[in-house]
Order: sequence, then structure tokens, then C-alpha cells
Amino acid sequence: MEKKRYDNHLELLGWVAGGKWGIERYLYTLHRITGVGILLFFMIHIFESSTRIFGMKVWDPIMAAMHHPIFKMGEALVFIAFAFHALNGIRLILIELGFMVGKPEQPVYPYQSSLNVQRPLMITVMIIAGLLILLGMVDLIFLA
Amino acid sequence: MNKSGNWILFILAAVVVFVLLGLHMVVVHLDGIFGILSPAGGSALAWENVIQRSKSNFFTVTYIILLGAALYHGFYGLRTIIFELGPRKAVERGWTIFLLAVGTVLFIVGTYAAIAVRTVETAL
Repeated sequence: MEKKRYDNHLELLGWVAGGKWGIERYLYTLHRITGVGILLFFMIHIFESSTRIFGMKVWDPIMAAMHHPIFKMGEALVFIAFAFHALNGIRLILIELGFMVGKPEQPVYPYQSSLNVQRPLMITVMIIAGLLILLGMVDLIFLA
Repeated sequence: MNKSGNWILFILAAVVVFVLLGLHMVVVHLDGIFGILSPAGGSALAWENVIQRSKSNFFTVTYIILLGAALYHGFYGLRTIIFELGPRKAVERGWTIFLLAVGTVLFIVGTYAAIAVRTVETAL
């Protein structure tokens, strides 16, 4: 039998179940799902928004069709995905650049964990994302 | 460009997308609350507002920058996800060429629209 390239490679299963992970590991999964979702929408959005080159007579009926509840639900999902992906992305960039990681130390007991800084950061960005989503839903449901 | 150069560009594109897509979201999807950059008033997607924004130099330039940055960030991200699944080297190369081709076509379509719309009649 051919040897697998990575013996412990879980492929897509690893996105949801692979061990005892913290919540950040599930944000990793959600970041990828929302990223792919936004990209799919964006590809359609380029063509849909490009129809403005055909003038008002083409644009207005398309925008009228967008008021259908299915499209409104889609718009809500895209907004939620954007808010999460953007705020979680800022968190990932901060960590990538070395912020909220702490200085390197000798592994001497009691061990210092950067999780004590990174967990509050995660909670803060998720609260901001939640508020942004709330704002978006108020606009979409009550003011659109 | 080497791998780390591509990665840095991916992060820079993310920052550009964060700023410009954030502005797009405030203008178009939070128009009921903020109501900015919609000179004709009402919905941000009303034709009068869309065409006025489309004809402004600021929106034409930022739209093309956002388009390029978002496509690069999105397709590089998708490529990363595909590579994480552990395909063979030849398959990786095939995906890279395919995603680059699709991204380039979308960039040309979007850029053409952003420029062509500037000559569209404001009211028809």
C-alpha cells in the first residue's frame, strides 16, 4: 500500500476534530470557512456589480431582485462572515507580527503562557465582531 | 517572488482589504445608519448614488486597488487551504496556475467595469 505523504494528516477532518483544542483552533476552522464563502460571493459580486456599465435600465431591475428574502439572507450571511473574518484576521496578523506573544523565556516553573494575553485578545476581537454584526443586522432588517 | 515574499504580500493585501472593504461596508451595507458617500440620499445602491461614486476618481482608484488586493488575498488563501490538504507537487503547481488564471480574468473584468462605467450616462 502506498505510504501517505503525512502519516498524521487528518485532511478536512482535522478542521473539526483532531484533539483537545482551545477555542482558537475552531476560529481557525471558521476563518477558513468564512474566507472561502466570501471568496465565492466576491467572484459573483464582481460580475453582478459590473452590470452598472449597462446603465440604469439594467441596474435597477437587478437591485429590485436583490430585495428578495433569499438574497437578503445571503447578504446577512456575507456581512457576518466579513465581520468575523476581518476581526479575526486582525488578531491573526497581530500574533503573526509577534504582538501578544510575549518574550522568549527559559522553561522554568512556574511556566509563563502567552495564552493569558492571547485569550483576552481573542475575546476582545470577538466582542467587536459581535457588535459589528449587530449593527449590520439592525441596518439590514430595520433600515434597509 | 519567493514564498515569504508572497506571504508578506498576502498580509499586506489583508490590511488593504480591511481598510477599503471596511469603507465599502460602511458606505453600502451600513447606509441606513451612517448614510455617508451617497450624495443623492436614500439607499447607497440607488442608481444616482452608484453612478456618482463610480464616476469619482477616488472610488475608481480604490475600487481597482480593493479588487486586486481582495483577489490576491482570497486566491492565495484558497491556495493555502488546498496545499494544507497535502496534494502532490505537480497538483500544487496546477492549482497555482489555475487560480492565477481565474484571478487575472476576474481582475480584468472588474477593472474594465470600473473604467468603462465612467462613460455611462448618469440618467437613461
